[in-house]
Amino acid sequence: MSKFRKKGKSMPAISTASLPDIIFMLLFFFMVVTVMRESELKVKVQVPQATELTKLEQKSLVNYIYIGRPTKKFQEIYGTAPQLQLGDKISKINDLPLFLEQHKTTLPEVMRSRITSSIRVDGDVTMGIVQDVKTELRKQGQLRVNYSARQRTDDL
Amino acid sequence: MAKNSSRSRVATEINASSMADIAFLLLIFFLVTTTIDVDKGILVKLPPWSNEPPPEMKLNSRNVFSVLVNANNDLLVRKEPADIAKLRERTKEFIANPSGQADLAEKPTKAIISLKNDRGTSYETYLEVYNELKAAYSELWDDEAKALGHPGYSDDLPLSVRKQIKGKIPMVLSEAEPTAFGEEK
Repeated sequence: MSKFRKKGKSMPAISTASLPDIIFMLLFFFMVVTVMRESELKVKVQVPQATELTKLEQKSLVNYIYIGRPTKKFQEIYGTAPQLQLGDKISKINDLPLFLEQHKTTLPEVMRSRITSSIRVDGDVTMGIVQDVKTELRKQGQLRVNYSARQRTDDL
Repeated sequence: MAKNSSRSRVATEINASSMADIAFLLLIFFLVTTTIDVDKGILVKLPPWSNEPPPEMKLNSRNVFSVLVNANNDLLVRKEPADIAKLRERTKEFIANPSGQADLAEKPTKAIISLKNDRGTSYETYLEVYNELKAAYSELWDDEAKALGHPGYSDDLPLSVRKQIKGKIPMVLSEAEPTAFGEEK
């Protein structure tokens, strides 16, 4: 009895040994949810708002196509007309087949039919270039397309 | 034995207090670089490409709901200028034709929405129009699902129910090759 009483009287410092574990847990959570930005944008892309939105499920099955006017920094080189960006460089329409093919080869055969192209187009762009991209996608048999948009909260 | 005992005397616990600091540093790095943005958008299925021109089809004009968007982003619905704010309601009325009017679709399965834009149309307007047309269909599907005793149309419904609804009101949205009057130079 005397032994227990003696122990209870002196308050030991709270052990911080488990603190790293807690932090590591948080760390792993953020490491898992982190998506590093795949490519630096050379075109300005502010996607329009819409209401009928679908969420894209599997990131690895998506390839991104950006269309917009070049940002200030790149206007000297590319002008102000709408441009297409594939990966991290400004491209021409006829670079698209290779881009799609390169993405396709990273995936196993069975999943290839579920590839979606996420087209991120700036709202100010005229339809001409978008139409050309659509036509090329159709020619390549890449028919699942997602027009990227933000949720609209106000009325039209 | 002697070696062992002397070793246990020397080997004290490794100080783990800096472990938390290291973990914190990594944590903050990932906190900063994390972008939890989900990619959302309007999912469409493009028609397959064919080199032959599409077959000429004789359609009853009452079954066709034509929407034209010109380079000035003006709307022409069934050959009359229209307002985008009313497009959804008009589309719904056209497809469902609740009062059985002679100039609207015979039945939902025969209704065809035809969308045509110009190469000079702004993408924002195009997507707005597309969104309204798609919304008209999804609202009709929603009503249909409610009539069948479901809370609403969503992907959570059983496939058979979704097929039933879509069989009754199929989404037919055909996009014509755009004109090039307002092409940006």
